[in-house]
Amino acid sequence: MCGAVEGGLSLEGVNVAKEAVVQGQVTRGGEPVPNAYVRLLDRTGEFTAEVPTSPEGHFRFFAGEGEWTLRTLAPKADPVDRSVVATVGSVAEVTISL
Amino acid sequence: MSRENTLVTAQWVEDNLDNDQIVLVEVDEDTTSYDKGHIRGAIKLDWTTDLQDQVRRDFVNKQQFEALLSERGVGNDHTVVLYGGNNNWFAAYAYWYFKLYGHQDVKLLDGGRKKWELDSRELTDAPTEREQTSYTAQEQDHTIRAFRDEVVAAIGTQNLVDVRSPDEYAGRLLAPAHLPQEQAQRAGHIPTAASVPWSKAANDDGTFRSDDELRKIYTEAGVDWDKDTIAYCRIGERSSHTWFVLKEILGQDNVKNYDGSWTEYGSLVGVPVALGDERGEA
Repeated sequence: MCGAVEGGLSLEGVNVAKEAVVQGQVTRGGEPVPNAYVRLLDRTGEFTAEVPTSPEGHFRFFAGEGEWTLRTLAPKADPVDRSVVATVGSVAEVTISL
Repeated sequence: MSRENTLVTAQWVEDNLDNDQIVLVEVDEDTTSYDKGHIRGAIKLDWTTDLQDQVRRDFVNKQQFEALLSERGVGNDHTVVLYGGNNNWFAAYAYWYFKLYGHQDVKLLDGGRKKWELDSRELTDAPTEREQTSYTAQEQDHTIRAFRDEVVAAIGTQNLVDVRSPDEYAGRLLAPAHLPQEQAQRAGHIPTAASVPWSKAANDDGTFRSDDELRKIYTEAGVDWDKDTIAYCRIGERSSHTWFVLKEILGQDNVKNYDGSWTEYGSLVGVPVALGDERGEA
């Protein structure tokens, strides 16, 4: 299996061929944000999942095929929405700047 | 029950950090969250090791629960305030679990760990020491716990509320999207179940919506307030969140949580399963 995308979250242990991975990093002023929450909303805007970011600001979802929205909440910041397309067998990398 | 005696705010918790009568308990899906930082004085319960039998798929028994709470320093007279990540999924599960074993005074921190963090309130990694107690639990209260046979019997007769995401309900996903999707059970939902994702009951910051908003959400989804209700999800924690809303905030009688949930139902031989966004027929 290939290694992680530069700057991205390691994909070791993830069966990328069978999953539609959406992952990335939340940053503020170029620095990782470790205490943010990233929510995955479906094509109708309905909540599907949420994860807290790691100490390095990383997050990961195992989505289904299609269009999704990432909504990021963090202390002292307005929510940020980003669209992303997920495809089984690929990894969508998203960097979210607050 | 109502939100006045089952929910507390983050500010209330901060104001009561030195109150000896209150025991703060953190329960997270990610069982390492507490170790990285927790509210001062809080103890940790690990839902995978403390609350589950380590061989069979079931809860710890009455004696084990008594030993657990005694060792962690929780007394029968303490006010237990639960909080956790994932918008309180596992804290709500622990709340239901404490009620299952008859603890009198349990509350949820509205918004859980997320609200606390988004408010930039203090977390600490300092260990919590509590004196042991001698805790006595009650027999399990099965008026709030549903088993598979009554779930099958409820198809088309009682309110079944599927609280998973719409894609899990329809069978397009098999697990919440922060988990890998390879699962053993079939996809879909229990026929006639209403789809009311747990998240509809919460604001973005994890706090619960108002009573009026909550009642409207379930009414519009087709919940008949004159019937008994069983809530389910994948493993019974998100449905604890909805159980809490219906039973403890809105004060409905006869609301049960089906902790077997989809990982049990979706593996049963011979039971009906509905696919797609429609409820399906009984």
